[in-house]
Amino acid sequence: MGKSDSTSQLVDGLGLFSLGLGTAQLLAPGAVNRLVGADDHAMSRVVMRWLGGAREFAAGVGIESRRRADLWLWARVAGDMLDLSMLAAVLASPRRDPVRRSRAAIAAAAVVGVTVADVVAATRVSRNGAQNGEAGKAMSSVDAKAGITVNRSVNEVFAYWQNFENLPRFMAHLQSVEPLGGGRSRWRASAPAGAEVEWEAEVTDERINEFIAWQSVGDATVENAGRVEFRPAPGNRGTEVRVHLTYRPPAGKLGHTVAKLFGEAPDQQIRDDLRRFKQVVETGEVVRSEGTPEGSKARRQLFQRPAQPVTS
Amino acid sequence: MRANTWMGKTRVEVQNVPDPKILNSHDAIVKITSTAICGSDLHLFNGFIPTMRKGDILGHEFMGEVIETGSSVRKLKVGHRVVVPFPIACGRCGACQRGLTSVCQNSNPNAGMAEKIMGRSPSGIFGYSHMLGGFAGGQAEYARVPFADVGPIKIEDDIPDEQMLFLSDILPTGYMGADMCDIAPGDVVAVWGAGPVGQFAIVSARLLGAERVIAIDRFPYRLQMAKEKAGATDLINYEEASVLETLEDLTAGRGPDACIDAVGMESHIDVGPLHAYDSAKQMVRAETDRPHALREAIMACANGGVVSVIGVYGGFVDKFPMGPFMNRSLRMRTGQCHVHRYMAPLMERIRAGQIDPSFVITHRMSLEDAPRGYQMFRDKKDNCEKVVLSP
Repeated sequence: MGKSDSTSQLVDGLGLFSLGLGTAQLLAPGAVNRLVGADDHAMSRVVMRWLGGAREFAAGVGIESRRRADLWLWARVAGDMLDLSMLAAVLASPRRDPVRRSRAAIAAAAVVGVTVADVVAATRVSRNGAQNGEAGKAMSSVDAKAGITVNRSVNEVFAYWQNFENLPRFMAHLQSVEPLGGGRSRWRASAPAGAEVEWEAEVTDERINEFIAWQSVGDATVENAGRVEFRPAPGNRGTEVRVHLTYRPPAGKLGHTVAKLFGEAPDQQIRDDLRRFKQVVETGEVVRSEGTPEGSKARRQLFQRPAQPVTS
Repeated sequence: MRANTWMGKTRVEVQNVPDPKILNSHDAIVKITSTAICGSDLHLFNGFIPTMRKGDILGHEFMGEVIETGSSVRKLKVGHRVVVPFPIACGRCGACQRGLTSVCQNSNPNAGMAEKIMGRSPSGIFGYSHMLGGFAGGQAEYARVPFADVGPIKIEDDIPDEQMLFLSDILPTGYMGADMCDIAPGDVVAVWGAGPVGQFAIVSARLLGAERVIAIDRFPYRLQMAKEKAGATDLINYEEASVLETLEDLTAGRGPDACIDAVGMESHIDVGPLHAYDSAKQMVRAETDRPHALREAIMACANGGVVSVIGVYGGFVDKFPMGPFMNRSLRMRTGQCHVHRYMAPLMERIRAGQIDPSFVITHRMSLEDAPRGYQMFRDKKDNCEKVVLSP
């Protein structure tokens, strides 16, 4: 991770540098002309503002947006070449006074330094991109934790969860869990664009009315593990349920899809799962509204239907 | 069916929409006979409640006849005439079992949205934004009513709609405002806002034994109704007199024992610069609510008294007088009304002739006229106090 962290810092630094320099060139092209020892007149200001400033600013925005940062970094390298050739022209001019010549020399030295940094960053980002697909960074495991209080006895709440076939009733991404005997089960989850992920899991530890722990076995596409704990809530307030899930999405395109599925607001997703769990245990079913016909769902919260009767 | 929909800030439109259908086994479908525009609908109309979507069906005060029930519905039958409480409550969670139905833990499918703004989620509410559930409302020909065995109350006799309709929200809300004041003999209660909820808070404070009830508003017709119909003993028109000085005078320096804020987030104040300050901050969302009535209620309240807040607030207020509130041992009671717990006893009071809630109605229109009703109610035109719509 050390190298990718330093790359990210370098890229960020270059992006901000572009934004800063671009802003200065756009707003005060004359001052920048004088600073680098160039002639300062109407024409040179136009060149400085638009050929220099606008270009730098666009590169800065592009890099900071992190969309194809590699292309924007290579664009910076090209821009550096342009700057160097213009500074070379300033230095080569026989009519320069010594002060301006030395300013141009300092500016050229600075551009050479930045060019090196640009080439290093562009090379690294291009290489990482090729390795990791469009995500541009290595996958790490996703952790999700949440708790909820269910107004039912520990017995009842534990029994409902212990029957893994019940899990798809409240876990949004699960399609089915099929018991295979001996504490093993087959899990099926839907992924975006109609894809499906399937794996086998086994209960690794369990104490009646206290906790259940499970994890995927064999070569699951998505390595995952979960643990749920049950505790009587004080003063007859029902049962406190706490869940901790861990996913380790694989590399590659499927991994990216899976990471997207599980990785968006993982705590919110598990919280919504637990809300549905509480609804199912307390009221018998998932509560639906016109705006959210499938019940609590993290993704739906961003894309609500209008609160009008559902047609289909 | 026809339904009144929110189409953007200060725009509502009656449109053709699909008929509702059962989504949960404990749902019922109600054919609506009467529905009303609530003061809190104006907060939606004026664009102060976040998470509205174009096309949302408005309305949370409605009654009608059950025409279909889901497979888990036991008590409610097709043909029953019912009033529907505006908060949706499951009846099974810890909150419902303590009678706190407006903070039901199961009825808001968008609890995650509400948590981002409010920390925790209250119950779902009919026709009142997506953060409160995204439920289609009752300003329509039909509505789907979840938890049909928990919410709707059956009307056994032929008392007209107009006397029963307000059991859905404003009568229990006003009553809870007075109930939270823990009124003792001799108490003086001041009520900010003489809209429909304020009127019912005044009625209820009298019923619960307040010695004097002071109504505060700026519209003479509302103050007149407070005196003649609701039973207010004293009136303050804040455009003509200083509220704090008048209350000082009426209570010989004690201040009212209880102060009810029946105004909420779009409070109006006659001190121009302060109103401009709050409006400006509200406009740029630096403060979501204009809390002038609340500030004044706190400053006016007797030491050790109760500030009861039933006016609706949506987000954050500014310049909250915490020092006076803390140093003078005040208490604040508040909440969206737990309508379910008040419906049956209030229905009894209506039957017994102790309250006739229909006195607030000033305008009766067809559902098709809902846009005109909103405009009129918002602008207090034609002495508008309460609009009832018939589909």
